Amino acid sequence: MTAAALATDRTAPQGKSIVRLEHVQKYFGAVQALSDINLAIGTNEIVGLIGDNGAGKSTLIKVITGVIRPEYGKLFIRDKQVNLTDYSVRAAHDLSIETVYQDKSLADKQPLWRNFFVGRQITNRFGFIDMKREKELANQILINEIGFRGVGITVDSTVSNLSGGERQGIAIGRAMHYNADLIILDEPTAALGVAEVRKVIDFVKRIKESGRACIYIEHNLAHVHEVADRLLVLDRGAIVSEIKPRDMSVAELTEYLINLQHKH
Amino acid sequence: MASPSKPSLMQRVEALPIIIVFVLLILLFMYTAPAFRTPTMYITYLSFLPPLILLGVGLTFVIGAGEIDLCFPSIIAFSGFLFAVLFKEYNLGWIAVIVSLAGGILVGFVNGVLIAKVGIPSFIATLGTQFFWAGAAAVMSGGRSYALRGAEESSVWKVIVGRPFAGTDLPHWVQQLPMQSLWTIVIVVFLWFILNRHRFGEHVLFIGDSNDVSRVVGINVDREKIKLFTLMGLLSAIAAIMLTLENKNFYGNQGQGYLLLAIAAVLIGGTSIFGGRATIVGTVFGAIIITLIEPGLVATGMTGSWVLTIRGLVFLGAIIFYLWMDEPQRRAAFYARVLGARNTGRESPAGETPPVQSIEGGEAHQ
Repeated sequence: MTAAALATDRTAPQGKSIVRLEHVQKYFGAVQALSDINLAIGTNEIVGLIGDNGAGKSTLIKVITGVIRPEYGKLFIRDKQVNLTDYSVRAAHDLSIETVYQDKSLADKQPLWRNFFVGRQITNRFGFIDMKREKELANQILINEIGFRGVGITVDSTVSNLSGGERQGIAIGRAMHYNADLIILDEPTAALGVAEVRKVIDFVKRIKESGRACIYIEHNLAHVHEVADRLLVLDRGAIVSEIKPRDMSVAELTEYLINLQHKH
Repeated sequence: MASPSKPSLMQRVEALPIIIVFVLLILLFMYTAPAFRTPTMYITYLSFLPPLILLGVGLTFVIGAGEIDLCFPSIIAFSGFLFAVLFKEYNLGWIAVIVSLAGGILVGFVNGVLIAKVGIPSFIATLGTQFFWAGAAAVMSGGRSYALRGAEESSVWKVIVGRPFAGTDLPHWVQQLPMQSLWTIVIVVFLWFILNRHRFGEHVLFIGDSNDVSRVVGINVDREKIKLFTLMGLLSAIAAIMLTLENKNFYGNQGQGYLLLAIAAVLIGGTSIFGGRATIVGTVFGAIIITLIEPGLVATGMTGSWVLTIRGLVFLGAIIFYLWMDEPQRRAAFYARVLGARNTGRESPAGETPPVQSIEGGEAHQ
């Protein structure tokens, strides 16, 4: 397949996209971390992003979420081009893009209610936080949206008291609460037990059911194969193929990725 | 793992352990030393506790953010010099106050830029600027001290460190109440609200918890750090002006004694040396305790040589206490290490398994 063919292949099925990258390149010094990335994510699909360590998965999502700035290329959100020099995490939040990182989404020693609102606190015009309202809202999110009922977790619990799965639940719940149209998950199941992974997978399915889009980075192929609508394979900073999970079993997918490594 | 749904007394009252220690210490000194039973004794301390408390409260923010500031004693020297020379040599009155505050803000801002933008770790950056500004103050003052004789006639003195109730019919100890203690209460209460109720305070605690998390939730970490060190510079300048006016004298190393005392006050108070948790109430009581140990011991009849020893014990005791209270995984790891070591010594080498498990459990939480 030629690069051009791939680019057309990768446009969203519905025609409208929540986020689209054109010819994005990112260098760290002399190292090219991303080379000519073209991709589009539809408004209601789960796209799995797979590839070996160092393939550029994390760099790619950091570009989308405004953490790092690419040297070349264009970024479109809801088909409107974004000015990359002004783009930031806050700008991404304003455009309804939320990210859940493996272990960097919540601050350990802080209570849950602060974790829900940090970065966009409910304040008066002098910047003082409306603590009562934040706690009330956090409690509603906790009970109604995340479904932590009667498990002994309150909005005053500190994050360090939660299990790994509960943390991811909180982080995903927070993203859904902010009406994110696109939720990006960066290896949310790493370092989790089997039962905990199951919870996270259920959260991911809920993202799709609620009509949102999701980019799901995962090294465990079985997990991502189960939930993704399509899989993008990254290799050394470039997207090398797109796979529909129904066309390939987990075993075939594993085989394919191993062969990809052997080519180097 | 679920936390209890009802907060305990310990969680509801900020800095309760250190308040209990404070009350016990006062009761002990009241028992051993008659001077502690009169209000005059405490009023005396209200005139020279404020600088330490202001510095401690500023450091509570800095340490709460996981950083450290070693520069503030030199800001006291630099801002104190600016104030003394403009106040005495040029008779500039309130302008001297403003320039001195501006000097503190500037030094703090430069610290913040070095740390946040240039990327020097705060320990190193403020160690360097500490030398620089102390040296700059020494060069500019030529090593002289400035005696501010007659300062008490000025409005600056009256407003900042005056005795507003002197000469009234109120009891003697109320007449001795110094202005700087009232200013300090106002500032500390305001900063308590900033730390616990304001967006900036929340950002400080999140930064102390993790710079990475703070960035991804959209906190401008660099900007908040610059604000943090600027605040510390401002508070140091206020402390410098209070010190210079209260002593009616400026000398180059008047801030030096505060470095370790202020850090100790913050840590005794219960602010975490690892950042992410900070208590202003704790710092205030920490500062009071660390200051009261000296007169308490002396009034009890012990020699001054004991002061440092007892301070050291209180400090270490407090640090160990907080470590054990707040970081159960450390406690567990410690137990496991001690018990595990005993097992290995006595019976089987396989006894090493428990410590390994616990330590892993601890790391998973961090």
